[in-house]
Amino acid sequence: MTNPTLPTAVPSDLSLDPVAARGRLVRRLVLLGIGVLAALVLPLVIYPPVASDILAWALFALSVDLLLGFTGLLSFGHAAFWGGSAYVTGIIAIRLGVPFPVAILGGMIFAMAIAVPIGYLSVRRSGIYFAMVTLAFAQMIYFVANQWLDVTGGENGLQGVPVSFFGISAVETDSFTFYYAALVLIVIGMVAGWRIVHSPFGRVLTAIRDNSARARALGYDVERYKLIAFVLSAGLAGLAGGVFTISHGFVSLQEVDWPTSGKVVLMTVIGGIGTLWGGAIGAAVIVLLEDQLSSSGFEGTGIITGAIFIIVVLLFRRGIWGTAQNGFDRIRRALAVRAQRKRNGDSAVATRIDDGS
Amino acid sequence: MSATVSVDHLLTTRSLTKNFRGFTAVRSVDLDIRRGGIHALVGPNGAGKTTLFNLLTGFLKPTSGSITFDGRDITGLQPEDIVHIGIARSFQITSLFDNMTALEHLQLALSSPTGVSLRFWRSERRLDRFRARSLELLDQVGMADLANREVGHYAYGQKRAVELALAVALDPKLLLLDEPTAGMSLEDVDRTIELVLRIATGRTVVFVDHNMRVVGELADRVTVLQQGEILVEGTYDEVRQDEKVITAYLGQAHA
Ligand SMILES: Nc1ncnc2c1ncn2[C@@H]1O[C@H](COP(=O)(O)OP(=O)(O)OP(=O)(O)O)[C@@H](O)[C@H]1O
Ligand SMILES: [Mg+2]
Repeated sequence: MTNPTLPTAVPSDLSLDPVAARGRLVRRLVLLGIGVLAALVLPLVIYPPVASDILAWALFALSVDLLLGFTGLLSFGHAAFWGGSAYVTGIIAIRLGVPFPVAILGGMIFAMAIAVPIGYLSVRRSGIYFAMVTLAFAQMIYFVANQWLDVTGGENGLQGVPVSFFGISAVETDSFTFYYAALVLIVIGMVAGWRIVHSPFGRVLTAIRDNSARARALGYDVERYKLIAFVLSAGLAGLAGGVFTISHGFVSLQEVDWPTSGKVVLMTVIGGIGTLWGGAIGAAVIVLLEDQLSSSGFEGTGIITGAIFIIVVLLFRRGIWGTAQNGFDRIRRALAVRAQRKRNGDSAVATRIDDGS
Repeated sequence: MSATVSVDHLLTTRSLTKNFRGFTAVRSVDLDIRRGGIHALVGPNGAGKTTLFNLLTGFLKPTSGSITFDGRDITGLQPEDIVHIGIARSFQITSLFDNMTALEHLQLALSSPTGVSLRFWRSERRLDRFRARSLELLDQVGMADLANREVGHYAYGQKRAVELALAVALDPKLLLLDEPTAGMSLEDVDRTIELVLRIATGRTVVFVDHNMRVVGELADRVTVLQQGEILVEGTYDEVRQDEKVITAYLGQAHA
């Protein structure tokens, strides 16, 4: 596998080694197992509505990572899609009484629909300008939600969103059982996110993220790809916001307000940008922390989450997930080196025995 | 088709001009590129060669003037559209995706015209069907052995080779190479000359190079650019003996 023309500083290529590839597969399966197990036992360990909050925020963070980590776009207006879907989901559930997955689907479609013009006008910008434009549009949505009292309830929010689920009362009335119904929807969203990232389309997104001029020179319409990514991300954010609404039974104005956009970026960064699953860790950390702090009557939650954010940004640039991944890799490499040494040692011993005989 | 555009010419520019805030980098350039030829663009540093490439490929919008390619006005088109019409380029400063392998680069280039890349619901394994062709192209530039290594680990000359393979993968009618041999060792230069000759069959090539040996061995036409303007155009021997060219280069050397 080594090429003589390569500079010697190049580390041996793990991706080509079948043993390493199998190791990676095993690691992936183990992690998947842990993740599934954690998701299944979560409402046994913590208060089920809080567990459902973690689910919703985890998918929301994943939707942000799809843009931030895999397309290189920092959206500071994702509350528009999460909150916009929250309202539409709530309105559909209240007025039509349809099973909640249908209401959430309506919310998702709404989120994607508003993402088309917002995305169209913002993907031309990059860096901080993209963030500002998305923020500006999100504030417009906030303004509408705040003013349109008849539909949104303004500052009072939208009360009394019912949980209708095909007449299965266990899901409709018990937050513990509801969690598992919500889990199915969230997992669908996460699998979709994973599929997008590991698709031919996802390849182009990372190419655009790393070198957009090069992507254009290869014939890719960068703005079009960014727009599609933006709309898909909005759909996932909408799915998350819809689940959140049904779980809570009401929509508050806060869901479309800018601190919500900030909070989800915070979760993504804490979990690890570009890791896809890191956002779930970030969501769990922040939701649990807020829950603990607010139930203990502590007022300055923002100070604590802000401090965590700063610590992560300064010390663990790759977030919790990314840092853990680095650690795993280091251990794996160390084990591989040791195994190699042992093998060499054994053959040395064997030679000695041969000599002796 | 305008009367000035002869069928012999794949690419034609008329009065092509680019200003950067009052500074004219390309001034009223009339370029005619013969179909099937290898055309060199030379000139001192800052003459406007790369800027001209950027205009031809849509990375810069001309201040005035027009570009006609294959009988079609392409002035002001986007880079991605120009690629699909048939002009591909390599970059003077190596421009690759450091985290991708060479194979992934080639797959990206080969899938670009097919539309498979919009399928966000498919597995990336879909790209495997470009694998054989990718390896073939990498083999052409001597990089097949390293196909599965991330190009961030490559040496400079190896990156240049991938740049070339990428441009060829787009199967352009017109290939623009911006200093393909810059910074290369002597053997690499020889190899690149051979390579350009090979990939030039059935295409038109325009390249920029400061190495006069490369120009002499490759080009059947040479255009000399100075301060954004065409100084002379002709065969290599004509240009080499031209008084103005000698003065321009000596002038630069004395500056
Ligand atoms: N984007 C830009 N903005 C302002 N000036 C520019 C820009 N791009 C190029 N220039 C200027 O235009 C002139 C021509 O630059 P260009 O890169 O085209 O030269 P070149 O002939 O390719 O030179 P070299 O041989 O050094 O590559 C230079 O003076 C350069 O500083
Ligand atoms: Mg140049």
